[in-house]
Amino acid sequence: MNKIACEIYNLEKAFGPNKVLKGIDLKLYSGEITVLMGANGAGKSTLVKILCGVHQPDSGKISLFGSPFTPEKPADAFRTGVVTVHQSINDGVIPDLDVASNLMLDQLNQKEFGFFVKDSLLRKRARKIAQNMKLEINMKTQVSELGIADRQLIAIARAMTRDPKVLILDEPTSSLSAKEAERLFTTLDTLKSQGVAILYISHRMSDIRRIADRIVSMRDGTISGVFDKKPLNFEGAVTAMLGHKMTDVSIKIPKKGKKVIELENLVLSKGSRAINLSIFENQVVAITGLIGSGKSKLASILFGASNPLTGSIKLGNKNYNPLSTQEAIKNGVHMCSKDRASNGVIKTFNIEKNISLPFLSDYSVGSLLRFSRLKEVARKKIDELGIVCQSEDDDIDTLSGGNQQKVMVGRWLIKDSELLILDEPFQGVDIQARRDIGSFIRKTAKGRGTIVFVAELDEALEIADRVIVMNNKAILGDHLNNNINLNKVLSEITSEVKL
Amino acid sequence: MSNDLNVFIIKYGFLVLLVGLIIFFSIFASGFAGPRSAVFIFQSVAITGILALGVTCTLVVDGFDLSIGSVATSSLMMSAYFLVILEASALTAIIACLLMGAFVGLINGILIVRMKVPDLLATLGMMFLLIGLQRVPTEGRSIATGMRLPSGEVADGVFPESFLWIGRHRFDLFLEKLIPVPVVIFILVALFIWIFLELTRHGRLMYAIGSNERATALSGTNTNFYKVLAYVISGVTASIGGLLLAARLGRGDIASGNNLLLDSVAAALIGFAVLGAAKPNALGTAIGALFVGILLQGLTMMNAPYYTQDFVKGGVLVIALVFTFALTSRSRQGGH
Repeated sequence: MNKIACEIYNLEKAFGPNKVLKGIDLKLYSGEITVLMGANGAGKSTLVKILCGVHQPDSGKISLFGSPFTPEKPADAFRTGVVTVHQSINDGVIPDLDVASNLMLDQLNQKEFGFFVKDSLLRKRARKIAQNMKLEINMKTQVSELGIADRQLIAIARAMTRDPKVLILDEPTSSLSAKEAERLFTTLDTLKSQGVAILYISHRMSDIRRIADRIVSMRDGTISGVFDKKPLNFEGAVTAMLGHKMTDVSIKIPKKGKKVIELENLVLSKGSRAINLSIFENQVVAITGLIGSGKSKLASILFGASNPLTGSIKLGNKNYNPLSTQEAIKNGVHMCSKDRASNGVIKTFNIEKNISLPFLSDYSVGSLLRFSRLKEVARKKIDELGIVCQSEDDDIDTLSGGNQQKVMVGRWLIKDSELLILDEPFQGVDIQARRDIGSFIRKTAKGRGTIVFVAELDEALEIADRVIVMNNKAILGDHLNNNINLNKVLSEITSEVKL
Repeated sequence: MSNDLNVFIIKYGFLVLLVGLIIFFSIFASGFAGPRSAVFIFQSVAITGILALGVTCTLVVDGFDLSIGSVATSSLMMSAYFLVILEASALTAIIACLLMGAFVGLINGILIVRMKVPDLLATLGMMFLLIGLQRVPTEGRSIATGMRLPSGEVADGVFPESFLWIGRHRFDLFLEKLIPVPVVIFILVALFIWIFLELTRHGRLMYAIGSNERATALSGTNTNFYKVLAYVISGVTASIGGLLLAARLGRGDIASGNNLLLDSVAAALIGFAVLGAAKPNALGTAIGALFVGILLQGLTMMNAPYYTQDFVKGGVLVIALVFTFALTSRSRQGGH
């Protein structure tokens, strides 16, 4: 067994009443890649932020090669050898400078470089760093001219100039193609052989299969599983991450009505399998799968925000090929987008204005708004969804996350739809609000088709009467939610789909 | 500071300040209180106010229009060119100027939404372009009846009475010849912009775009259309301002309207502080313009020299911005 590089004992962290980390124990070994898996909100990013000095833990200890490690700011962390490459690549590079300057950025403030930039010295040093990383990029190229993969590698190479003992990578492949990712993995192999301890955060099964020496699963602020016996138990890791403590919601499978939407030979991206799928009235269908499985792409196609490569869609018995979200809405396809803060909430508006936003023309005479009717519909939705507030005049940013989400869902229910799509409706939502939203969706499902895109299996089982599994841009499983075979669903979620 | 007091100051502080100023000047500046003086204040801010209402619309969609001043002066020069050199009718000149304003707004909008030029840069470029362009036809000279044209001819056209009417006529209201036409137009434009922004779905969507454009697009709104519309409104109101200026001056004065841009932007920004709106709004803009007018009128009557005016305006703007941003953000934080 390798030497322990970093050891974390019983780490706890809360933001206000919200306990994010509930006693984390974790060891990182030199020369090993530890993969950290966890769904949104599991606490991964908080853990990373504590390790790189952005947040301070409430209690618990971290030690680095046996001595205590308490970074108070990011500079403390990388001075002691804990270096992080964040998810957003452009935080790690400066696009308007050339490659050499980017690689040497941390050294530029050292005295030996003097007042005037010594280009030759700079480039010589930079080339050496690049060689160590097997990076073959012209040192004079502007970073802005490079692709994302190269930028990512430069960000990592720059991290290497800080001579890390522990390297943390937060979803480094989220914007890389398979080929680009492979370049990154080769680099990681090199680093590993140099004895660096690597903490690698990712959801992508293909990445994890390729590089993981150990897998640590996180769920709800705790470590829910550590897997280090070869061959690694990938399914076990995903189960530990998603969890499926069966929730006590009983789903009655309704009688399906007429066909609402039919996808025929839909191909999402080059080389992926075609999708054939029909959704019927009265159904609530959950489409689940890991990040990168194609859920978001499918959602955006249905809502007119992007186009499939090939294939066709029929809505009712008409061809449906929306070129814009306006057209989708006009055809009765409503979608509550994921990530409400950037895609849904109008922060400066109150509840009433937020609820009615997409359908203002239904609440106006000509161009003039009918304020009493707007108030009325907002009050009705506040009642039906149990939105906790003083009145419809409350600013939306005074509400809790769960209540904001109720407003977002309510927005798309003030008008009847043919097909209602909810993309990750339970993101950043507390249990009570999640129950409320789920039961309201089921209660109103009659007479329309409903698709819910969720990554967490728990949530899918709680809301849907039909569960569809997507993996690598294709549909792998289609189950009715009674006596569902969870092991089968999990293996469909994690299996490797050959193209 | 207690929370209630803070809320009161944010909401009514600026209005209290305004009333305080009026009372102060009424007591200490003889001749300040009275209908003629009040009308004079309105008249002094009418043109700036109209421009400010237009720029308010662009601020609502989280944009900015730096070209309004130059659109106004272009409209001034263009109307003079039409009347004096082309000898066109008043109506033709007015319609041409309004179309020019709309067209400039359209180009601004297209530069911003299609060419993705940042709003400040696009309208800065447009400002430069117009400042230059308006000088080309007359080789940089002002336009007046009897001027010698580059070709050697003498321009015989005149500003017709019907055109001068919109700048100079005064309506009777209790007192004879009290309310000038520009003041009436200012009030009408303010009312129109207020109704548009507050009472129509278009206005509400524009505010939504200004707060979260992506979310507004995902709720099925053609956000590009509304952004272009905001610049078109801004262009048209600026050209109205220019027409009023031309009708008041009675000539195409190349040096007029230098201060229009800064004054009207200041009025719109001061408007953020009115009633604690903390956002661009038509009522606030109109009051912001009046606030500056009252202050300058009062100070002038108390014999403050003219060269202190910009200093005073700047002071008001900074205070208003403190009201808007510092106090509002502090109370928002306190609320959580």
